[in-house]
Amino acid sequence: MSIAAKEAGARQDSDVVLRYLRPHVKFPNMWCPGCGNGVVATSLIRAIDKLGIPRDNVVLVSGIGCSSRMPVYLDFQALHTTHGRALAFATGVKFSRPDLKVIVITGDGDCLSIGGNHLIHACRRNIDITTILINNYIYGMTGGQTSPTTPAGAHATTTPFGNTEKQFEACDLARGAGASFIARTTVYHTTQMDRLIMEAIQHRGFSLVEVISNCHTYYGRLNRVGQATQLLRMFQEKASTQPKDPNMVDEDSKDMIQTGIIHRDTEKTELCDEYQKLTDSLAKGKSS
Amino acid sequence: MNNSSSVIEPKTRPIRKSKIDYSQGPAPVSVNPAWCKACNICVALCPQGVLEPDAEGKPVVAHADNCIQCGACWAHCPDFAITSNYK
Ligand SMILES: Cc1ncc(C[n+]2csc(CCOP(=O)(O)OP(=O)(O)O)c2C)c(N)n1
Ligand code: SF4
Ligand code: SF4
Ligand code: SF4
Ligand SMILES: [Mg+2]
Repeated sequence: MSIAAKEAGARQDSDVVLRYLRPHVKFPNMWCPGCGNGVVATSLIRAIDKLGIPRDNVVLVSGIGCSSRMPVYLDFQALHTTHGRALAFATGVKFSRPDLKVIVITGDGDCLSIGGNHLIHACRRNIDITTILINNYIYGMTGGQTSPTTPAGAHATTTPFGNTEKQFEACDLARGAGASFIARTTVYHTTQMDRLIMEAIQHRGFSLVEVISNCHTYYGRLNRVGQATQLLRMFQEKASTQPKDPNMVDEDSKDMIQTGIIHRDTEKTELCDEYQKLTDSLAKGKSS
Repeated sequence: MNNSSSVIEPKTRPIRKSKIDYSQGPAPVSVNPAWCKACNICVALCPQGVLEPDAEGKPVVAHADNCIQCGACWAHCPDFAITSNYK
């Protein structure tokens, strides 16, 4: 880097992503132009690279959905499983190989509809898995049906007159179920996303990073925000690191997006550690 | 959530002067046209108005001198299509 570039605060990581793409996969990727999934992929790569974890020690596990296609493009160990079951497979991988870094890439439909049960039990067990939940408020891959995070009143192909159901708050759900690291960010906030993914990977225990993302093709178009840049602008405007004030009920504060670390508990024991302790103590008992 | 019709408008003027002299070297950033899908995000998010869309909507470096190597374009490109030439 030239001295002038250094002075300007130039970042050296512009091509780090290229070093982690699978060499035999056809690019460009399958995502729509401007889809947030690619931005999350880039951020995840930067985070893993900065942490210096060898790529063969990282296992990306995913289910089905546009977001779940990510491990197909990235050159880590990959396990592309059935719809909703990524966390079940990931639990098996982590439990048999606790030395590996297991990262689940999942969508709001994959994680919270069909996979909701796996999520709450992974949280409850506090198993050391990092889950990156790409929440675009809709089922992207199958054509824009409502998901458990589609806001009340919002339009989807299955709710042409507006959604009459209420939303899951994934972070609150995970907290109630026992996850020990919970954070939220958006695809607009890439620097924050890098940092939160790094912290989540380093955390020992179950970590959830919810990334609010843009499916302008379905969610956006059906709700009159049909361009990627419109949704990015919306995330920029609605994000705040302050917690939601329950006394504020006006329209603006209701759909505010709280970003940053929402919950972190470093005291809670982790499943693989506890199991190791148990097997060690049983083995000791046998040998004495 | 359907009240927002605002789009991020590309900046037309640089916010601050770049300290880097690009006149002797390569362009500040390169775009891979085979992977770029012309989503316009980099053009809209560049704070210095460096990039402009060509006829196909793919970005070209139109005002190289303004680039401050901030990384907004390559961090936000969903298609891994922008890299810096200065590192
Ligand atoms: C058992 C099963 N049921 C339903 C489907 C159809 N299906 C594929 S992807 C998907 C929803 C994906 O939504 P989400 O997880 O939010 O991913 P996105 O595409 O939005 O990233 C559904 C219902 C399936 N593949 N398998
Ligand atoms: S349908 Fe939506 S989620 Fe799927 S690639 Fe397109 S923009 Fe992304
Ligand atoms: S590095 Fe920053 S200033 Fe340079 S083109 Fe990219 S967004 Fe614009
Ligand atoms: S952000 Fe990437 S894909 Fe989109 S227009 Fe710019 S270079 Fe092309
Ligand atoms: Mg989705």
